[in-house]
Amino acid sequence: MGGRTSISVAIVGSGGAGTLTAGGLLLEAANAAGWYGILTRSVGPQIRGGEAAALLRIATEPVDCIADRYDLLVAIDWLNAHRFDAEITLAPTTLVIGDPRGGDAPPSVTAAMAAGARLIDIPMKEMAKAMPNGRANMIALGVTAKLLGIDRNVLSDLLRARFGAKGKAAVEANRIAVDAGYGAAAQIDLGARLDKPKKSTSKRWLISGNEATALGAVRGGIRFAAAYPITPATEILEWLAPNLQQLGGTLLQAEDELASINMIIGASFGGVPALTATSGPGLSLMIEALGLATAAEIPIVVIDVMRGGPSTGIPTKSEQADLNVAIHGLHGDAPHLVLAPQSVADCLFTTQWTVFLAEALQVPAIVLSDQFMGQARVAIERPADVAFIGRRLTATEIAAPYKRYALGGASVSPIAIPGTLGGQYTAEGLTHTERGVPTSGAADHRAQLDKRRDKLDRFDYGNHWATIEGDGEIAVVVWGSLTGAAREAVTQAHADGANVKLVAPRLLWPVRPEQFAAALKGVKRVLVVEQTHSAQFHRYLRAHYDLPKDVHVLHRPGPLTIGPAEIHRAIMDWSS
Amino acid sequence: MTAEVRPLCKPAEYKSDIKPVWCPGCGDYHVLMSFTRAFAELGLPPEQIAVISGIGCSSRIPAYTSCYGFHGVHGRSLALAAGLKVARSDLTVVVASGDGDGYSIGGNHFIHACRRNIDMTYVVMDNHIYGMTKGQPSPTTEPEFDTALSPGGTGLRPFHPLVIALASGANFVARAFSGNPNETASIIVEAIRHPGFSFIEILSPCVTFRPDEKAWKDLVHPAPVEATNDPGKASRRIMTDDGFNIGILYRGDRRPYQLHMGQASAELAELEREFET
Ligand SMILES: Cc1ncc(C[n+]2csc(CCOP(=O)(O)OP(=O)(O)O)c2C)c(N)n1
Ligand code: SF4
Ligand SMILES: [Mg+2]
Repeated sequence: MGGRTSISVAIVGSGGAGTLTAGGLLLEAANAAGWYGILTRSVGPQIRGGEAAALLRIATEPVDCIADRYDLLVAIDWLNAHRFDAEITLAPTTLVIGDPRGGDAPPSVTAAMAAGARLIDIPMKEMAKAMPNGRANMIALGVTAKLLGIDRNVLSDLLRARFGAKGKAAVEANRIAVDAGYGAAAQIDLGARLDKPKKSTSKRWLISGNEATALGAVRGGIRFAAAYPITPATEILEWLAPNLQQLGGTLLQAEDELASINMIIGASFGGVPALTATSGPGLSLMIEALGLATAAEIPIVVIDVMRGGPSTGIPTKSEQADLNVAIHGLHGDAPHLVLAPQSVADCLFTTQWTVFLAEALQVPAIVLSDQFMGQARVAIERPADVAFIGRRLTATEIAAPYKRYALGGASVSPIAIPGTLGGQYTAEGLTHTERGVPTSGAADHRAQLDKRRDKLDRFDYGNHWATIEGDGEIAVVVWGSLTGAAREAVTQAHADGANVKLVAPRLLWPVRPEQFAAALKGVKRVLVVEQTHSAQFHRYLRAHYDLPKDVHVLHRPGPLTIGPAEIHRAIMDWSS
Repeated sequence: MTAEVRPLCKPAEYKSDIKPVWCPGCGDYHVLMSFTRAFAELGLPPEQIAVISGIGCSSRIPAYTSCYGFHGVHGRSLALAAGLKVARSDLTVVVASGDGDGYSIGGNHFIHACRRNIDMTYVVMDNHIYGMTKGQPSPTTEPEFDTALSPGGTGLRPFHPLVIALASGANFVARAFSGNPNETASIIVEAIRHPGFSFIEILSPCVTFRPDEKAWKDLVHPAPVEATNDPGKASRRIMTDDGFNIGILYRGDRRPYQLHMGQASAELAELEREFET
């Protein structure tokens, strides 16, 4: 029997069980063994501890999404495991490993068992108690690693690297527990086997989307950040704070988001490319100043790691529902950029490109990442370098009087950086003349509105504006972190003989009607996929693009994701 | 190589050719005059100065100078200026605000700017009214002052900006009167020279909505004692004075916010190592 290209594993446990540690080590071990993978976490509302689930997919190729169903569920204990019922879908083929002393398995497990799933008891807590400093999560890690076919030595090396600083005894205690897990799983058959990893020649990375975003930002030239902490964006700030300092930049912790966005406008006015990162509630507070940056033509980048909304919503879980506010939230006619990365790895590229675009166009840009991408960790190959580095058109040789907001040409007018002799001007949020002098005249108002629209519309965004793959009469149109799942569904549909195209815009604003029409050429049916309650993306497509008559919309609010199998089903139901 | 020597600018050269929108007789004209005199006295090249403001009559001041300026949104000038100064420590940053802009909508930033103690100078043109929106009560308006929006007065105790600045950590606190532009200019000079966050409350009459403030010129008087470096002492004096004490009231020696920009210790390419496996 041939092996599988990916296997999905969920590890659950209550507060303090060490679920996420086990999940993290498992991803590292799989990576060290040569596989690729993705790890996302689902946690309860508790600040520390509380129930947690590590959701993993280990694969022979890099993967951007988790699967619809799990091959293996390992419960360190069953306390509160029912809270993950909706997120961890079991199949009749699922193998469940549980601790009989860890409470009762939830109804979802009993239901799966009735359909054929196997439940095997391993008394992990009791085994751990019998060992010096034994931890049940390490036993669970051993069990899982064994079932996946990860060499024991790979894990021993990792444990040494991870716990070495805590001393020999800590390494040894963890090794004994992991070994016990291997032993306990020795006679168990997962029922599925992962294909051997391919030899990869390029460098491997383990990185989260938030880290990739931050790295992309500094590669694009960001040297100043100001922000107010918020889940799930904080990791971006925590990466930037020390690393910006190493690059001769800095991060300022602001008193609130009203301050953070104005701080980055100030820094950028001073000539230093600047960024802030936040989530929905913070973005809402930043809206007025985004309009200021639009009117005053100051480049800035705002990362919104979306979470469930409205209001405080679900801070720890993903949704794509900030699309409307990012595009339409500003008062007045305020053209700005909105972009969305399409995978954890793409957070790097998209952020770097966004910095480049914001600087080139002297405009604020919003990057819509989300909790799924931001906090997922992946084992990938080192992403290729790209040449996008933010450079703005500056005024150097200045003829008096300096016209900061000069009309004509490419609509991007040279900006004088403070310190430049003869370039003194006042950056202005009031409607202004070419010189920046406030006015309420209709002609000036119109001229500057035209200027700010034209500079975005006339820019050549190249091929990066969207991902367009495959060909066929059906197109799956998707955005953001659901792109990976849609791509897998499209690939599967191809294998099943259906010709399907993938269209995923990375540049959401300004819209590209010509390019979109070209992408949909020959397409007769469109399946829109998005993670919102009100189908915001579908409405956006309807408002700005021509769609064929036949349109289906697969949309659902967070925190439940939409997996490749569900998208595949939607395609196949329709194509037959 | 010989460096080109530029003659120092005269006060008039710090003024732009843009005609102010202010009402005739507005106190803010004198504040503009004090700015230009202070800049000339300091001998600062105009392109090395940035005047940052929010929204209000008072906040119109940047464009009337020949310096770099930013006329931002209502209440956020201190935040914008903080970003600018941290990114560009070589610039002299002066923030201009009003009692509505700075104490009401921007009140939180005021507290945190004092606490952060970044080296810049904050000038609030306090006329105890919202001038630009035509006469509503501000946080410094007297409780009984009658307006259309607050018939019979607000009944609220005015806010005490100087004491709040002291309690929050401002490093230099002064009160000035716009009608004495020379004196105000010399206070601004001292404020700019003083390290850290300097705060000057300038009593600047709104002749249109507070004609009663024309009487301020007869009420102001020099502070009876020298500036102290004890914030407790300074607070007690200010709490009990008549509100018309003019002069430098507090000079602190708190360490200003440390600016690190520009000192790189790593190459960009090194940062990705932590992700390699
Ligand atoms: C967000 C926002 N809210 C309200 C306003 C309207 N507004 C403009 S200026 C102002 C008050 C200004 O008062 P102050 O700062 O004392 O300045 P003055 O005009 O008295 O110099 C208000 C409420 C605005 N521009 N923006
Ligand atoms: S309304 Fe008052 S503050 Fe505004 S310009 Fe006129 S006098 Fe000055
Ligand atoms: Mg006022």
